[in-house]
Amino acid sequence: MLSRTAECLYWMARNMERAENTARLLDVSLQMSLLHGGGSAELMVPLDVTGQTESYRERYGEPMAEAVLRALAIDADNPASIFNCIRYARENARVVRGKITSEMWEQLNATWLEMREWARRDLDAATASALLDWVKERSHLFRGVTYGTILRNDAFHFSRLGTFIERADNTARILNVKFKQIKDSEPVSENILDYYQWAALLRSVSAFEAYRDIYRDRITPQRVAELLILRPDVPRSLRAAFDEISQILPNIEGNTGHPAKRLAAELKARLTYGHIDDIFAEGLQRYLDHFIADTTQLGFAIHRSYLEAA
Amino acid sequence: MLLDGIPRPAYRAFNDWLQPQPLDWLRQKQAEADTLFRRVGITFAVYGDESGAERLIPFDTIPRVISAAEWQTLETGCIQRVTALNRFLHDIYHEQHILRAGVVPAAQILTNTGYQIAMQGLDLPHQVYSHIAGVDVIRHHDGGFYVLEDNLRTPSGVSYMLENRKMMMRLFPELFARHRVAPVEHYPNLLLETLRAVAPPEVGNPTVVVLTPGQYNSAYFEHAFLASQMGVELVEGQDLFVKDGLVHMRTTAGPQRVDVIYRRLDDAYLDPLEFNPNSMLGVPGLMSVYRQGRVAVCNAVGTGVADDKSIYPYVPDMIRFYLDEEPILHSVPTWQLRKPDDLAYVLAHLPELVVKEVHGAGGYGMLVGPAASRAEIEAYRARVLADPSNFIAQPTLSLSTCPTFVEAGIAPRHIDLRPFVLSGRKVQLVAGGLTRVALKEGSLVVNSSQGGGTKDTWILED
Repeated sequence: MLSRTAECLYWMARNMERAENTARLLDVSLQMSLLHGGGSAELMVPLDVTGQTESYRERYGEPMAEAVLRALAIDADNPASIFNCIRYARENARVVRGKITSEMWEQLNATWLEMREWARRDLDAATASALLDWVKERSHLFRGVTYGTILRNDAFHFSRLGTFIERADNTARILNVKFKQIKDSEPVSENILDYYQWAALLRSVSAFEAYRDIYRDRITPQRVAELLILRPDVPRSLRAAFDEISQILPNIEGNTGHPAKRLAAELKARLTYGHIDDIFAEGLQRYLDHFIADTTQLGFAIHRSYLEAA
Repeated sequence: MLLDGIPRPAYRAFNDWLQPQPLDWLRQKQAEADTLFRRVGITFAVYGDESGAERLIPFDTIPRVISAAEWQTLETGCIQRVTALNRFLHDIYHEQHILRAGVVPAAQILTNTGYQIAMQGLDLPHQVYSHIAGVDVIRHHDGGFYVLEDNLRTPSGVSYMLENRKMMMRLFPELFARHRVAPVEHYPNLLLETLRAVAPPEVGNPTVVVLTPGQYNSAYFEHAFLASQMGVELVEGQDLFVKDGLVHMRTTAGPQRVDVIYRRLDDAYLDPLEFNPNSMLGVPGLMSVYRQGRVAVCNAVGTGVADDKSIYPYVPDMIRFYLDEEPILHSVPTWQLRKPDDLAYVLAHLPELVVKEVHGAGGYGMLVGPAASRAEIEAYRARVLADPSNFIAQPTLSLSTCPTFVEAGIAPRHIDLRPFVLSGRKVQLVAGGLTRVALKEGSLVVNSSQGGGTKDTWILED
C-alpha cells in the first residue's frame, strides 16, 4: 500500500476516534459542572486532557460552560475541535476513497455534512448533549461500517491502528489528569463528591457498567486504575488497546516495521504482566507519564516505518 | 430534437414513456438524483472559488439518445480522427513528413509551446501518443456531426459518463427494460488494457498507477474513481521517486517499481528537472527514465502540440495525408487570426462569431459574439489585436438540442458529446460518451465550470 494512503487511513481513524473521545469528555464534564452548580474546575478537564488550557485562555479567557463547549465542539478555528476532527477524518477519507468501501465514505461524508449543520446552531446544555450523543453515535457507526464492510487488508489494519493508538493515548491522558486532581486525597475516600468524580471518569470511557460487573463494590482509585490500565476485557483500557495494536502490526505486509513492532510488544508485555500494586508503588503519575511518552514514541515509529517510508 | 419539435426517431420509445409521466414524479426523481450525487460525493472543485467548495455538476434525468446507425458514423469517425492525430504526433517527433510536404506549416509546429523537443526521436510502444482522447462533437441542425475540438492531453469527464449511467439505472430501471442501451460499464477494463499494452516491453506484469495533482484539482474525483475502478494506485508526485534508472512508488512495504503512469497532470509539471523547476507536483528525474523507455507515460509527453486550437483546422488534411481517406466527421470552419485575411474578416464580424484562445480550455476566455454585450466585444477586440496569433474564430453553430428537465418543466437545451477514444494495441471506444448540456436557455456554453450540466448518453443497439 502507498505510504501516503496508509497515512490518510491512519489519520482518518485517529481523527474519528479523537472526535468521539472529546465528545465523551465534554459530555461528562458538562454533567459534572451542572452537578456542582456551574463549577469551572470540571470544565478544565477536557481542556487539560486535550492539552488546550493555554490556548483556550488566550482566546476565550475564563472557562465558561458555553465557551468551552463551543471551543471544543464546533469552533472551526480550533484545530482540535470535534468539528475539525470530523473535517480531517472526512478529508483523509476523501483522498483515499478508492481504498475504503463506499459505505465508509458515504457514512463519513454524511457525518461531515451534518456536522456543518450542528456548527450553525447555538449551543446550550440541551443541544450540546444531543450533539455529543450524535458524535458518539457517528463514531460507533464509523467503526461498525469499517468493521462490517472493508477487506481485511492493510487498509483495514492502518485504520484500526489509528483507532487504537488514539484510544490508548486518550485513556492514559484522562487517567493522568484525573489522578493529578486527586493526588492529595486519601486512596479510599468517603467523600460523596469523589464518588461522582470516579463515576464520571468511568462513564467517560464507557466503563462504569464494567466496573460494577467486575468489582461489585464501591469505587476506589486503585480499582479504577486497574480497570482502565490492566484489564484486557475492558474495551477502552490500555491493555485492550495494546492487545489490538500488537496484533495489528505483525499483520501489515512487508518487513519494514521492526522498531514499531518491538515497541508495541514491549508496551503490551508491561501491561500483560504488570500489577496494580507495583504501579502505585512506582507512582501512578510517573507510570502514566512514561506510558504517554512511549505511546507517542510508538506513533513516531509507525510514521517512520510505514507512513514516510522509502 | 428536430427543428419542428418532432423528436428524432431514436427518441420515439423514450418519448412514449415520458409523455404520461407526471411532472412532479420527475421532479422527485431529479431531487433523488441530486441527493444521491451529493451523498456519494460526486463533485468537482472550482478554480478560483475561495471557499474551496465542491460543487455538484447538475445532472439531467432525461437521456440523450443516439441511434445505432448514427453511432456507427461517430465511432468510425472518431477512430479515424484519433488514428490520424497519433500518426501526426509520431511524424512530427520523427521524420516530419507532413511538414516537409508543406501540409502543415513547420513554424506553427516547431514554435508551438506544446511541442516538446525532448520527445524528438523517441520511439513509443505502438507509436501511440494520445492513449486517451476526448473528441468533442456537436450535431449541427443540418443533422451532421461536427468536431469542435480534440482533447489529446488529459481529457476528463469519463467518470460522469459511468456515474450517470449508474444513476439512470437506479432511478429508472423500467426504462432499461424497454430500450436496448449499449453498456459503457466496461470502460475501466478497456482503459487498463490500453495502459498495460504500452508498458515497457520487458515487463511481464506491469504496475499501472494514476498520477493526480492532488485532491484540490477539479477532476480529483475522476482520478480517484478511475484508479479504484481499475484497481491500481492513485499516486501524487510525492509518492514516486526515481532510483537506479527506474520509477518507484513509496509503499508501506518499501519501494515498488512503476511501469505505466496514467498522468492527469500537464507536461509542465511532470518533472521539475526537465520542465517547470518550481513544480512540486511532479517526479524529479521522470523524463530520464521515460526517455530510456523504462516507464510509459500516458498520455505521452508533447501531445499538446496536436490539440491546440490552431492545429485543429489541419486535422482533415492529416486524415488525407496519413490515411488516404476522406474525413468522416465534419470540422467547423475556422479562421486563424495569425493570417491577416482571416483577422480582418473576424474583426469585422465579431458579433456573429465565437472566438477562442488557442490554448484555452474549460470555456474560459472565449467570446460568444451573439451573446456578448458591445462593451465585452470591444474589450475582446483589444485582446485579439494585442496578439492575434493566440486566437481562432468559428461561426456560431446552431447546436442541436435535447429535451432537458429545467425548473419550468421539459424544454430543449443545447448539448454536445465527448466520446472517449482509447489507443493501445488497437483503437477503440465504448458506445457512449459524456453529454454536456447548457442549462441556461439559449446558452451554447456547456462547460461544467460555466454552469453546464450532464446527462446520460444512450447508444441504442439494433
